[in-house]
Amino acid sequence: MKELILFTIKDIIKNKVIIAYTLFLLVTTLVLFSLEDNSGKAILGILNTILIVTPIITLIFTTIQYYNSYEFIELILSQPISRISVIISEYVAINIALIMAVAAGMGIPLLIFSPEKEALWLLMISVFLTLSCSAIALLISVYIRDKAKGIGTSLLIWFYFNFIYDGIILLILFTFSEYPLEKPTLALIALNPIDLARVTVMLQLDISALMGYTGALYKDFFGSMTGIFFSMGCFALWIIIPLWITIVHFGKKDL
Amino acid sequence: MIQIDSLTKRFGKLKALDNISLFMNEGQLLSLIGPNGSGKTTLIKSILGLIKPEKGNILVDNKNINTTDSYRNLIGYMPQMGKFPENIKVGQLFTLWNKIRNKQEGPLDNDLFESFDIRSMENKPLRTLSGGMRQKVSASLAFLFNPKILILDEPTSGLDPISSEILKEKINQSHQEGKLIIITSHILSDIEEVTTHVAYMQDGSLLYYGPFEELKTQSGEKNLSKSIAFLMKKNNYSVRH
Repeated sequence: MKELILFTIKDIIKNKVIIAYTLFLLVTTLVLFSLEDNSGKAILGILNTILIVTPIITLIFTTIQYYNSYEFIELILSQPISRISVIISEYVAINIALIMAVAAGMGIPLLIFSPEKEALWLLMISVFLTLSCSAIALLISVYIRDKAKGIGTSLLIWFYFNFIYDGIILLILFTFSEYPLEKPTLALIALNPIDLARVTVMLQLDISALMGYTGALYKDFFGSMTGIFFSMGCFALWIIIPLWITIVHFGKKDL
Repeated sequence: MIQIDSLTKRFGKLKALDNISLFMNEGQLLSLIGPNGSGKTTLIKSILGLIKPEKGNILVDNKNINTTDSYRNLIGYMPQMGKFPENIKVGQLFTLWNKIRNKQEGPLDNDLFESFDIRSMENKPLRTLSGGMRQKVSASLAFLFNPKILILDEPTSGLDPISSEILKEKINQSHQEGKLIIITSHILSDIEEVTTHVAYMQDGSLLYYGPFEELKTQSGEKNLSKSIAFLMKKNNYSVRH
């Protein structure tokens, strides 16, 4: 399995998408830090970029990588090697490459310009988002045989988490505005990894003081140890559940 | 060597394999023949464990393939037009294969590696290889570990005449060493000289399985393509299928 992971990384690392992704993150981070004199504001800008870019790059890249290596996966599986190790190697290799891109493009400048707690949180949620979006993308890829449909579904998932889901939440908030909704919205946030990432980092920033009563309530919760465990736990589930379904399905599917 | 018992596989409504039973032994060179979509590739993929059948069993070397992955140590598989990772060099691919199959005993079979001069392209990224060159790489990988069973899916397609001859010569030699070789090909004249057994499939059913000599006598024909035409006619095969 180790050999297969190294082999796949050697292939992916030279992929133009990964190189472009690293450069994009590097340029964005550097530009935001040079434009803003307040590092908190720069981090907020980077957060907004990460929340849009990381999920879509991860989803699309993972999906395309799976479909492109489909024939090779078949050939590898005709060797004495188990299906579980093949799909796990694919997952691990994709994530090592993507996380290396995040670390090089965003991590290094962040640690140079703002070696603070907020920066670490930002890095951590980028890693979590990568791990969970790639698991979701692999899940889509192993279920859908057709490449175009698979990529389309990945795009749709990204669109859903970024825009549609927030629309639904707003609708619920307006419809039930008479009721105390703090706790239900907390649960709703946990059902969207991108929202979860946003809230987790925002509440580490001073800016959260401007978010009113709900913001204060969330800060109270997410700032506490229980809150941190809650968000980490939700992220872990967002990785483990899709990955587990992927492994089980890949183990018994026809190739 | 390979025993297949009432194997059935459906894709939706389509019966890709319909109750197929087959026993293949060492020293056979089996030509798996049939029109497009007759189930040849599904059968091969089932033997490799890539497709999970609904019913039936496959035993390789008396071991049920559902219970183990190690039986694939016995098999060398050459797929139809392999596609490889783009940024990997030919040499790295061979290194990976050596590592995956390192528990194998016995010497490596470098014949094709040498005759196809793979060494000269070791540093080339796989994306730069032409279709024929990829076929050469696939063939060398399939024969490399001296497997007892060789499964070759359209082995000569895309190869130039000289390489095609080299491969046929190698297939012949492996057959004489007593290996079981399963070939699917549409170019019947390519496999005609070496075939000992013929399996003819149509619409997922195995309509004929037996020694080539027997088929010749049955059909009264001398060559493979005419014998197959005889089988197709006998089974009312028409192109509109």
